[in-house]
Amino acid sequence: MTRPANAITRYTTLNRVNHWINAGLFILLMLSGLSMFHPILFFLSGLFGGGQWARAAHPWFGVLLVISWIGMIIQFWRANLPSKDDIAWSKEIVHVITNDDEHVPPIGRNNSGQKMVFWSMTLLIPVLFITGLLIWEVYFGEATSIPVQRAAVLIHSLAAICAILVWVVHVYAAIWIRDSVRSMTQGYVTPGWAWHHHRKWFYELAASRRVSKTPPRKNP
Amino acid sequence: MSDMQSQDYVRRSATTMTPPKVRSEEDQVAKLIDVSRCIGCKACQSACMEWNNLRPEIGHFEGSYENPMDLGPSVWTLMKFAEYENEQGNLEWLIRKDGCMHCEDPGCLKACPAPGAIVQYANGIVDFISDKCIGCGYCIKGCPFNIPRVSKADHKSYKCTLCSDRVAVGLEPACVKACPTGAIMFGSKTDMKDWAEERIVDLKSRGFEKAGLYDPPEVGGTHVMYVLHHADKPSLYSGLPDKPRISPVVEAWKGIIKPLAVIGIALAAVGAFFHWTTIGPNEVTDEDEAEAERVLREKEEEST
Repeated sequence: MTRPANAITRYTTLNRVNHWINAGLFILLMLSGLSMFHPILFFLSGLFGGGQWARAAHPWFGVLLVISWIGMIIQFWRANLPSKDDIAWSKEIVHVITNDDEHVPPIGRNNSGQKMVFWSMTLLIPVLFITGLLIWEVYFGEATSIPVQRAAVLIHSLAAICAILVWVVHVYAAIWIRDSVRSMTQGYVTPGWAWHHHRKWFYELAASRRVSKTPPRKNP
Repeated sequence: MSDMQSQDYVRRSATTMTPPKVRSEEDQVAKLIDVSRCIGCKACQSACMEWNNLRPEIGHFEGSYENPMDLGPSVWTLMKFAEYENEQGNLEWLIRKDGCMHCEDPGCLKACPAPGAIVQYANGIVDFISDKCIGCGYCIKGCPFNIPRVSKADHKSYKCTLCSDRVAVGLEPACVKACPTGAIMFGSKTDMKDWAEERIVDLKSRGFEKAGLYDPPEVGGTHVMYVLHHADKPSLYSGLPDKPRISPVVEAWKGIIKPLAVIGIALAAVGAFFHWTTIGPNEVTDEDEAEAERVLREKEEEST
């Protein structure tokens, strides 16, 4: 793929493949799950070949998502560790939202909004997995008592709603902060992007000379 | 079992619009099970299997008169036998025919996510339309009586239909037809309540002071009712719930969270769209690029 000479690698090929497997599974889970949640969305089950198919496939998508998310944790946990910059950044959240970047303190590779997305999913996916197993009628229908399953289905839907809301924020943020999508599809950002949005990260890269003007690097 | 019914639907699962109820003059029906007249012969169980063509797998003897030991996708009604030692120290054998109670306010229907998989006819019968069932098992969570069972063979949920197919053509349910002592009666709910009253007076005159009708108001009454000698303690009868109600967990899930969540997610998406159209994208400018280049150049010069 063509990338400018001074491009900075933000996400490696492995990062990106894992992310998009994850994204695909999440969308499949969301569509099949919502079809079983509210009758006005039942038509979504048609995308899976009908209600029986949506019901049967949903838990398997979930199992795959858990595996995929473990990959995401391994690759991204370090970049999402909290730092003291997070508090300063979060305090200026109004300026962040209004694109008033002059008043937003410089941050490292990830801002606290991105970290929030990562840690929310890291918490919600195991909750969804465990409660999902409890209500997986085919295999675990008789494994636990009905009151346990009632609690599980309630927690499962609440956790799913939270995860979908986090997902909406995540997707919109990627559209809103221009060229973020390219960083996850093609892997690179421009020095100006890094300077603008993640200045501390940019300085770290510049200091360690991992960004140089020449020669153009091959896609890692 | 079948949606080829002449009765009208009054409730339909996972449906946001109420089905039209044209024939409002229809009588509410009820099955009355007079526990005090039951001899435990299981003719009702056999008749149910016969009429509905159900053949549960042959199990093992478990040391109880109960056979099989639980309701199942092919066991829609089951005689449950309880031994109770009363205050006088005498043994009472309390035999109860278990099965769907056909609640006026059915928890299974409330919990069901598949449109039209569970319906309630104008005569009060709650029926599963297997064709539309997706096998999620939510009806099991919604039911206050632990009745529906999902089949491992076809992944659909089953329970007593109150012989809706027979009732639709003016016949009584198969179990009623087969009962040799008249312990199971069928008719309009009003008639069944009147009949129960007579039985309760009789039972009281014979020393069962707490005799009464089981028609639990917590689920809006049921279309299967019991005459119990100990109506003050329904749980004596193999765990018949004293106060059956749709679990508050299910009510929260299907009552409040379901609509709120859809609105919340829609608002989040709409909010994002209006952020885009009012505040707009956050773009990298040429100045940013120039500034970044300058820093990189400086660093390079430093290192050489």
